[in-house]
Amino acid sequence: MTADRGPVSAAEDGEARFSTWTGKTRGWALRRLPPDKLLPEGQPSYVSSWIYVFGMGAVAAFVYILGSGAVLALNGPTWFHVSGLGRFINSTHLWSVELFFMFMVIHLWGKFWMAAWRGGRALTWITGMLAFVVSIVTAFTGYLLQTNFDSQWIAFQAKDALNAVGVGAWFNVADLGQILMWHITLLPLAVAVVVALHVVLVRMHGVVPPLEAATSDAQLRSAAPIPAVDGEDMK
Amino acid sequence: MLGIKQADAGMPDTGIYFQWGDFLIQFGNLVVIATMVVLFILALVIPFPHGKTRK
Repeated sequence: MTADRGPVSAAEDGEARFSTWTGKTRGWALRRLPPDKLLPEGQPSYVSSWIYVFGMGAVAAFVYILGSGAVLALNGPTWFHVSGLGRFINSTHLWSVELFFMFMVIHLWGKFWMAAWRGGRALTWITGMLAFVVSIVTAFTGYLLQTNFDSQWIAFQAKDALNAVGVGAWFNVADLGQILMWHITLLPLAVAVVVALHVVLVRMHGVVPPLEAATSDAQLRSAAPIPAVDGEDMK
Repeated sequence: MLGIKQADAGMPDTGIYFQWGDFLIQFGNLVVIATMVVLFILALVIPFPHGKTRK
């Protein structure tokens, strides 16, 4: 640690260089995801297709799921059985989940048939699949919280499968309190984090061009070049 | 039995099922899958409205 050294010193090319870990982190983040890529003003012309709207449609449905889920959680797991408003909110919570999965599956089909993992987008593809899997687990815990004979039937069918793989003692589908906590805290947080990472990766690498596009990636080529060595500024 | 209807007791409806050989599917699930396929095809063929000029 040197007291006489400023946090920022001029580099040879005139670009601000950083010496502290916070500054280095900022420099790395700004180079990988500059503000014009994080919040772009426009998109490439090939994005003008309905097949590109389903990802954001899924995100919109997810936002409503979180809002309606918060109302349901704050009123308790049996409120929607005795309240007209509760029944309405519970119904829209279910239907927004239906839309979330339908949009996500159509998004998956579209991206699969355009081989969207091209151009260094493997991690984007992986986080998308992870979001799908975690969402299925979250929806499963939601079905367990219906507090009716349907949820009881689902729980007692699922417990055999979970016991068979050895996780039944820690993930007990017959324990309403435990499943409620999984459904309203950990799992929504996990979905939100994975979806946020997925969207950030889309911003970093740009929307994947169609297979027949002549250019490999117009958005990346028009952006500032990324240094060959990612950790260059960490030296 | 106790004067409680199936729906009042929260019993799930048995639903409508279609079966072709070993393939069995509930009507609601079939509707969801068919809707997704239709939306996917429409998204490919319906032209996207052009609002602002894009680069």
